[in-house]
Amino acid sequence: MGEFALYNSPPIFTAGKTLMGKQTPFFDCHNQSGAKIVDFGGWDMPLNYGSQIEEHHAVRQDVGMFDVSHMTIVDVTGDDAKAYLQKLLANDVAKLSKSGKALYSGMLNEQGGVIDDLIVYYLDDTNYRVVVNASTRDKDLAWMAKQAESFSVNINENNDFAMLAVQGPNAIAKTNSVLSSAQQQAVEGLGVFVAADTEGYFIARTGYTGEDGYEIMVPNSDAEAFWNKLLAAGVKPCGLGARDTLRLEAGMNLYGNDMDETISPLEANMGWTIAWEPQERDFIGRAALAAQKEAGVANKLVGLVLEGKGVIRSHMKVVVEGIGEGETTSGTMSPTLKKSIGMARVPKATGESVMLEIRGKLIPAKVVKPCFVRKGEPLV
Amino acid sequence: MSNVPSDLKYVTSHEWIRLEDDGTVTVGITDHAQELLGDVVYVELPEIDSEVALEDEIAVVESVKAASDIYAPLSGTIVAVNEALEDAPETVNSSPYDDGWMFKMKPSEESEINNLLDSEAYAAEIED
Repeated sequence: MGEFALYNSPPIFTAGKTLMGKQTPFFDCHNQSGAKIVDFGGWDMPLNYGSQIEEHHAVRQDVGMFDVSHMTIVDVTGDDAKAYLQKLLANDVAKLSKSGKALYSGMLNEQGGVIDDLIVYYLDDTNYRVVVNASTRDKDLAWMAKQAESFSVNINENNDFAMLAVQGPNAIAKTNSVLSSAQQQAVEGLGVFVAADTEGYFIARTGYTGEDGYEIMVPNSDAEAFWNKLLAAGVKPCGLGARDTLRLEAGMNLYGNDMDETISPLEANMGWTIAWEPQERDFIGRAALAAQKEAGVANKLVGLVLEGKGVIRSHMKVVVEGIGEGETTSGTMSPTLKKSIGMARVPKATGESVMLEIRGKLIPAKVVKPCFVRKGEPLV
Repeated sequence: MSNVPSDLKYVTSHEWIRLEDDGTVTVGITDHAQELLGDVVYVELPEIDSEVALEDEIAVVESVKAASDIYAPLSGTIVAVNEALEDAPETVNSSPYDDGWMFKMKPSEESEINNLLDSEAYAAEIED
């Protein structure tokens, strides 16, 4: 057997490297559960706890939990908090009026490229909480601070919390069973994309798997105890490997793969996240996006299902007969579908089928909307 | 510590070879290899009757995170492949030395068999 062609997806895995990264409050929990630890963007994180395919199935069929403490929480407070975020983000925080309600948005540069994708929670008119990616932390904080200069607003990284995502059809019931009665009341009937701030925990009904569940900010000192309660309740620890196959099945973008600073949201299946109305809202990147729309956007991000044998990976050539070429941005073998799926950026006119160049051979693939599984059921 | 059965032969590229009574050999990848790869999701096996030379790239094993070539451990002809791996590639992880066998071949160069490593030599290789 030869040297590995390691498919770095996300791009920063280096298994076997001497680990000297940052550790989350759940680090000991990972080791106790037999995690294989890898470097991820400077953090020592669990790749899996034995089998990422088993972990994937656990989330689709029951419940699993992911340490996501490496992600960055930024509190945006002050008189101009709303106006600042309306300038900073392509989606409009004015849509959020109920405390705890959240939305998903891109944060663009002046050329209309995506600096990061994120979730922002409205707490009140002078108080918002933003969660950005781990790998883009330094860049995001510097950008947010720079844009804040002309506003009366405070941008503060919040390091008080560990974060745990509990996902799956049984996630809500299992998590509720370990909450205090006050917390249970606070999350009763919690809507999708809404958070409850309760007894020091920030519990949001959001996720990155396509299943129901929570993403929970837990005070650092409570982290291990909370993990152990969930473990005792039968929640399966899941690592970054499963996280990637789950999000891809759910059609969710991975920053760094499916888009980056050189890519417009219009070419990353993020057009739906742009709030063009009201027209007077001049968010950063608006002019560039408007120009792109005017000129016609050249590419689109589509989903692919491989129709021959093999596995789709990122950076594979896509051949679109009579039209041109594209490139895959993500790919894997889908544990739920038992077929290979992926995402690719292809010319706008691409139709229903393409060919992928895999190890020198052209293999056919079907073009689909980039969402392959919803609530455990195949869509393709 | 991975399993290195003493009744098999090995090559440094992490394949095991079992010398059968009928003069054929059975080939697969070692426990060490399947551990490094992670969950195997796809195996591409050689064509039956194809003639291969020592160290030709003749098969591919893909896991969730890596793809790796399999090299012919001996020169010869492929006489059988394990078709069960098409529907159950994960057998390579759960049973690398038995049900996870990949192909059988009829060696054409007796002398090459002497170059195969025994279990002690292979175990020492993966110790490093």
